Amino acid sequence: MSKNEFGTSGADLELRGVSKRFPGFTAIEELDLTIPAGSFFALLGPSGCGKTTTLRIVAGLEEPTTGRVLIGGKDVTDAKPFQRPVNTVFQSYALFPHMTVIENIAFGLRRRRIEDPLGKAREALRLVELENVAQRRPAQLSGGQQQRVALARAIVNRPALLLLDEPLGALDLKLRRQMQLELKEIQAQVGLTFLHVTHDQEEAMTMADTVAVMNKGRIEQMGAPEELYERPRTAFVANFLGQSNLFGGKVVSSSDESIVVDVHGYRVEVPRARSQRHSGEVAVGVRPEKIELHANEPVPASGINIVGPGRVTDVSFSGVSTSYQVSLPGLGVVTVFAQNRSFGPVVHEGEQVWLSWHVEHGFGLEDEPEQLPKFAADDDTQSIAAQRRRQLQTELEGA
Amino acid sequence: MRGFGRYALAVYSVIALTFIMIPIVYTIVFSFNDARRTNIIWRGFTFDNWLQVCRAQDVCIAFGNSIIVALVATLLATVLGTMIAIALVRYRFRFRAATTLLLFLPMATPEVVLGAGLAAQFLAAGVQKGLVTIIIAHTMFCISFVVVTVRARVASLDPALEEAGRDLYGSPRQVFWRITFPLLLPGIIAAAMLSFALSFDDFIITNFNAGSTMTFPKYIYTAAARGIPAEANVIASAVFFLAIVIVIVVQVTNAARRKRLALR
Repeated sequence: MSKNEFGTSGADLELRGVSKRFPGFTAIEELDLTIPAGSFFALLGPSGCGKTTTLRIVAGLEEPTTGRVLIGGKDVTDAKPFQRPVNTVFQSYALFPHMTVIENIAFGLRRRRIEDPLGKAREALRLVELENVAQRRPAQLSGGQQQRVALARAIVNRPALLLLDEPLGALDLKLRRQMQLELKEIQAQVGLTFLHVTHDQEEAMTMADTVAVMNKGRIEQMGAPEELYERPRTAFVANFLGQSNLFGGKVVSSSDESIVVDVHGYRVEVPRARSQRHSGEVAVGVRPEKIELHANEPVPASGINIVGPGRVTDVSFSGVSTSYQVSLPGLGVVTVFAQNRSFGPVVHEGEQVWLSWHVEHGFGLEDEPEQLPKFAADDDTQSIAAQRRRQLQTELEGA
Repeated sequence: MRGFGRYALAVYSVIALTFIMIPIVYTIVFSFNDARRTNIIWRGFTFDNWLQVCRAQDVCIAFGNSIIVALVATLLATVLGTMIAIALVRYRFRFRAATTLLLFLPMATPEVVLGAGLAAQFLAAGVQKGLVTIIIAHTMFCISFVVVTVRARVASLDPALEEAGRDLYGSPRQVFWRITFPLLLPGIIAAAMLSFALSFDDFIITNFNAGSTMTFPKYIYTAAARGIPAEANVIASAVFFLAIVIVIVVQVTNAARRKRLALR
C-alpha cells in the first residue's frame, strides 16, 4: 500500500473554555486544550473524570455547555457529527452486526459518495492485516479482529482527527500490548492526529507523544510521558501515574539549587527546579524505584538523602522486581522497588534498613501537605474496624 | 408406580392433542364435503368447494374485507407503533409515563368494553360505520402490541451503533434506514405478524364497529346459526395451511442460516 493513499496529515484540535454540565453534576470544568496536528495524544484519567465526555464533545455526540471546539482552525461547535472530519473507534467497537466486514468499512465512504468504496475498504483491511475476513459478519470475529475492523472503518475515511475511546479495554493483556504497538505503528504510517482516551496509565505512556492527566473534569498536568512520570506536579498525578512516596514538611533552608524540607526530623533535599513551592509547608515525593536499600547506615554524602533506620514490614516478589514496604517512625510506610539483579529479595521481613536516594530524583508538589493522601491505605478492614470502634467509644463517652 | 407415571404422561398428551386437533381436522375434512344447503352431514368427497370458493359470494366478500382490514390496520399500527416504541426508549419527554400507561390499557381492557366505547364515540361523532371504522378500531388495539414487541428490540439495541452511523457521515435519515431499521426489522416483522393475526380474527370489537360490513369472523358467527357453507371451511383450512407453511419456512431458513454461520 502506498503511503500517499492515506497521506493527508491530521489537523489541530483546539478546545476553548469547554465545559459540560449534566443535571446534577459537572463532567468538565473549563477545559482549554490544543492538540497539534499529527500527534498521538492521550487523555488519561480514572473513570468519571470527564475524558469520555470530552471525546464525545469533539465527535459532536455531545454538546458543550460552554466553549468552542475548533478542528484545523475551523469552528465546528455547532456542526453535527456527520459534518465533522472526525471518526471514532468506539469502546464497544459498534460494528454494524447486519453488514459484512467490508461493508462496515465502506459505510463512511459510501455516505460521502467517494468512488471505489470497496477498493479503498479493502486497502484499509490490508492495513490491519485482515483481508481474509472481508465477507464475514462482525459476530464471527474474535475481539482483537473486531477491534482492528473498527480501526479500519475509522481510518479509511482519512479523518483529520481520529478519536479512540478506550479501544483496547476489552482485550486481554497480551493482545492489548500487541495492539498498542500496532496502533502506534499505524498512526505513524497514516500521519493522522490521534486522540486516545484511556484509564490505563501504562497504555497512555507507551503510546502517546503527549499525555494529559484528567481528574474531576480538569486537566491536572500535561506533557510528555517521561516528564509526567519524573516530574509530577500534583499528588494525583504522582499517584495515578505509577506509585510515589509522598512526605509533608516545612522548608527549613533554601538555596538557588535546592530546598531542604524537614520531614519528621529527617532532612530531605529537593532541587528547586523540580519543586512547585519553595517555602512554608510543602509536599515532596520520590518514586519507589529511585530508592536504595542499605543494611547498614550509609555514610552521609552531598546530593543524597538518607532516612532510617526503618523496619521492613512486607516483601512481595513479582519476578522482575521486588516491592518492599519499609516502616519508618514518623514517616509512615515507604514503598521501595528493587530490580532482582541477583536471586530473590536482598533484605527480609523484620530486618532493619536505611533508605537513600539522589537529591535530583525528588520532586515537590503543588498540593498542601495536609491534603496529601495518607501513605498507608486506611480502607482495609482492620482500620475501618478500628475507626468504627473509636467512633463508638467517643459516642459512648459523650452519652 | 413408575410405569404408571410414564403411561399417564403419554395418555395425557394424546388426549390433549386430540382435543385440540378435532375441531381443526373436522373443519378441514368438511371443506371437502359435497354439501348442499348445510354442511353438517357428510354427503361425499368433492374438490368443488376448493375449486369454486367464491360460489358462495358472501364468504369471499367477508374474507376480502377481513384481508383489507388486517393489511391496512397492520400497516398503520406497525408504522405508528414502531415510532412510538423508538420515542419511548430513546427520548425523555413530558407524558412519557402516561403514554406507557395508555398503551397498556387496550391490552388490559375487556374487548366488549373497548368495542362498545369506541362504537359510542363513532356514534357521537356521527361517523358512518364501515371498513374505515373497523380499520380505526383494529389499528387502535394493534398499536399496543406493536409497541410492546418493538420496544423490547429497541431497548436491546446498542445506542453506540447509531452513534457510529452518525460518526461515519450518515445523515439522520440514512442512519435510520441503514442501521436502526434493519436492526429493528425482526422485531417489526414479528409485531406486524402479530397485528395481522389479531386483526384478522377479531370478532367482538369488529362487531360493535362494523355496521353492515361483513368480516370473515363476523360472517362465520352469523352463518353458524343457519349452517356454515363449505366454502367457509375451505377458507379457514387455507388460512391454517398458509400459517403452517410460513412457520415451517421461517424455521427452515433460520436453521440453514445457523448452519451456514457455524460452518465458517
